[in-house]
Amino acid sequence: MNTYNFTEEHQLFRQSLKAFLEKEVTPHIDQWEEDRRIPREIWKKMGAMGFLGLSYPEEYGGLGLDFFYDVIFCEETSKVFSGGFSITQMVVQYMSGPYILKHGSDKLKQKYLPGIISGELISCIGITEPSAGSDVANIKTTARREGDHYLVNGSKTFITNGVYGDFIVAVVKTDSEAGSAGISLLVIDREAEGVSATKLKKLGWHASDTAELSFDQVKVPVENLIGQEGQGFYYLMGGLQLERLSGAIGAYAASETALDYSLAYMAERTAFGRPINRFQVLRHRVAQLASEIEACKAFVMHCARLHNDGQYVVKECSMAKLLATELSDKVMYQCLQFFGGYGFMEEYKIARMFRDSRVGTIGGGSSEIMREIIAKMVIDDVDYRSSSRTQTRTQTQTHPTTPKPETRNSKPETLKSIITQLEKRAVQSKSLGKSLKFDFGEKQLFIDGKGEKNDFSLKNEAADCTVKISFENFQKLISGKLNPMNAMIGGDLVIEGDMGVAMKLQSLFS
Amino acid sequence: MYDHYFTEEHHLFRQSLRSFLQKEVIPHIPSWEEAGETPRSIYQLFGKMGYLGLMQPSRYDGSDCDFWFTVILNEELARVNSGGFSAAIGAHAYLALTHIGSQGSELQKQKYLVPGIEGKTIGCLAITEPGGGSDVQALRTTATRQAGHYLVNGSKTFITNGVNSDYIIAAVKTGEGISMLIIDRDTPGVSATALKKLGWHASDTGEIAFDKVKVPLENLLGQENQGFLYIMKHFVLERLTLAVGGMAAAAFALEVTLQYMSERTAFGRPINRFQVLRHRVAQMASEIEMNKAFIYTLCQRFQDGDYLVKEASMAKLLATQLADKVATECLQMFGGYGFMEEYPMARIFRDARLGTIGGGTSEIMCEIIAKMVVDGKGYGG
Repeated sequence: MNTYNFTEEHQLFRQSLKAFLEKEVTPHIDQWEEDRRIPREIWKKMGAMGFLGLSYPEEYGGLGLDFFYDVIFCEETSKVFSGGFSITQMVVQYMSGPYILKHGSDKLKQKYLPGIISGELISCIGITEPSAGSDVANIKTTARREGDHYLVNGSKTFITNGVYGDFIVAVVKTDSEAGSAGISLLVIDREAEGVSATKLKKLGWHASDTAELSFDQVKVPVENLIGQEGQGFYYLMGGLQLERLSGAIGAYAASETALDYSLAYMAERTAFGRPINRFQVLRHRVAQLASEIEACKAFVMHCARLHNDGQYVVKECSMAKLLATELSDKVMYQCLQFFGGYGFMEEYKIARMFRDSRVGTIGGGSSEIMREIIAKMVIDDVDYRSSSRTQTRTQTQTHPTTPKPETRNSKPETLKSIITQLEKRAVQSKSLGKSLKFDFGEKQLFIDGKGEKNDFSLKNEAADCTVKISFENFQKLISGKLNPMNAMIGGDLVIEGDMGVAMKLQSLFS
Repeated sequence: MYDHYFTEEHHLFRQSLRSFLQKEVIPHIPSWEEAGETPRSIYQLFGKMGYLGLMQPSRYDGSDCDFWFTVILNEELARVNSGGFSAAIGAHAYLALTHIGSQGSELQKQKYLVPGIEGKTIGCLAITEPGGGSDVQALRTTATRQAGHYLVNGSKTFITNGVNSDYIIAAVKTGEGISMLIIDRDTPGVSATALKKLGWHASDTGEIAFDKVKVPLENLLGQENQGFLYIMKHFVLERLTLAVGGMAAAAFALEVTLQYMSERTAFGRPINRFQVLRHRVAQMASEIEMNKAFIYTLCQRFQDGDYLVKEASMAKLLATQLADKVATECLQMFGGYGFMEEYPMARIFRDARLGTIGGGTSEIMCEIIAKMVVDGKGYGG
């Protein structure tokens, strides 16, 4: 089918993973669902087989493979009729581990990555709190620095792997006053003193453990800080694309599985003297579902390809997550209907697929949050790769009566005065190590941070990282009125090139 | 986003096509919609520009282009906002000329394909009859072989370009099987009536009657009784282009709507600030993007020679449903102006309605897909 993305090696990998899951996982799923727990041995076995850490670097025990191996991993683990099983490793491999890999110190990487790749360690990502979910800027868990450790207080909820896992990549406030700029990521060991967990009962995902975690005066060594203090927001932001993409893959793969499972049933079950797959109204429903799954899969695969190529496609991945999880809900609902009364019985697996699917449009950012983000990108910055249009639009909105030439003439002076300001501040801030360019459409601000200090100029040269932004928004950005993360989600600024440089934006202006 | 499909040449082609349509077509659309037909002069202009034979071989004056040029043509035609105009061009260049280019004899190609690509003559494809549409096997128009000619009797309906075209590629019964005949418009016994329609106003749609029409034997396309296979063979191309058209029409509708929403105010702010409308836009934009990625994947496979009956039917089903839904929801965003001809939405809406009917209804698509998905049936490669 998808001959463009999968080579012979990919197919061999798929076969061996599939065979492993059929032998070692599928026969035990019912029991694990019943136990509300998956035994650790299975992860160690998968680790030993080389199924974990597929795209992680070899130095930590990974295989350094391309993203399409991850696609296969997400697909196949989502086909074992247990959302609780597949989510466990998706959280480890794609939703928490990458923060350590991308931003963690060597020490942190050495300490945690080999374990999650061998299957010995299970991690979770702690973002949501009882009173704040997608609104990350409003989290309440605090981490106050005291000498060589942070003192963490607060709580997290809906945390997958939170009960039986080994460590938490926790989102905390290291500066309560600074809003999203005060957010940091800390690795907190599950066994640390003061960490406690309550296991939550759920509608579905029975095989996985979900916790409400509380942190009571938890001492976390300073070395457990991931990356820099106050950069947590950016790190999370950079992780959204992969998180949403893996969620989308799991959702269409589960949909495919449910439809295949239903087709097998429909061929055997008879009514009024013929198999129910002979009834036209059911056949057309199957045709519609099969078409939507096929289209959704092609779209997700397209996003996967762009992701694999290193492109920034958070809009498309948000769209994919939205559509794939909504589709999964619809497919499960209609497939359950094909089973009639049996659909309601645990004897058939469709009941489980139905309840497991329901969290898809909620977890990892609800459908409503996806639409908020997509709307910002589509409506507020129609031509989202080009800053010139945003600029024109902002201008007409802010100064409807100001004649354009005047606005243009006033710019270079303002820009120069800004440079003077920045130069003063730059004395204190560290050099970027790379070059960064702000592109306002007509004018550019070039920051050469390759030397010992950051040099500011109006050159329009190729930089390691280019930030396209309207001048108005730039002014808001440097005066702290515009949050860079929100601006990025909203498409008010577009980053091209080295994301790492962009992550340092905050330090440049603080 | 889709850079792995489009080269620099494709982009240049799109640019020049877009500015051509902007200059030569868009200003005239209102009058052609009013007149109920597309003038011959524009076919000639299209022919001169090479737009009518993009996929045809250069020895017949075609351009030998890959399939992406056809995708671009269909996408850009959608932005003209006249389903009728796109249909008029498409019925000639992709329905009629595809059959001749594929099954025609050298003589037929010289006589019909070359002038067709040049825009000097116009063709149409006639399959549907008053008593049978997608049920091709049940056709009643007969062609009886006599000395030196076929005698054709019967009628065809809903034929795009059915009134103004110079010839008709007709599916006829030759005994038990179906054959394709080229029937010249001016042959005695051929008559046509223009049909009034809900939308697609710029194209002429005809009901054609054949009353003892003598058609020379040399006008048989390909072999006798192989017509059904020929029709099936070209369905993939037809459905893919219809899918591209549906997706592009939906994208154009949303683009026009976003522009309007940023200008129109209510309760003191532009209506694009209202959350409920924003979420509706987000949903539509996502679905359009998904359809686009799906269709492009299929276009690449079509270009590579893959067998795609199932997938092309799926794409046609989804993209035309999408166009219908997007047109309905976008019209709502325009409020009362959506109902007025002053704004583009009314035409987008009525033109989109045919998508789920023409080129095989959604129900027929589902029948075909169900046979392949449920019964595991294949449709000969």
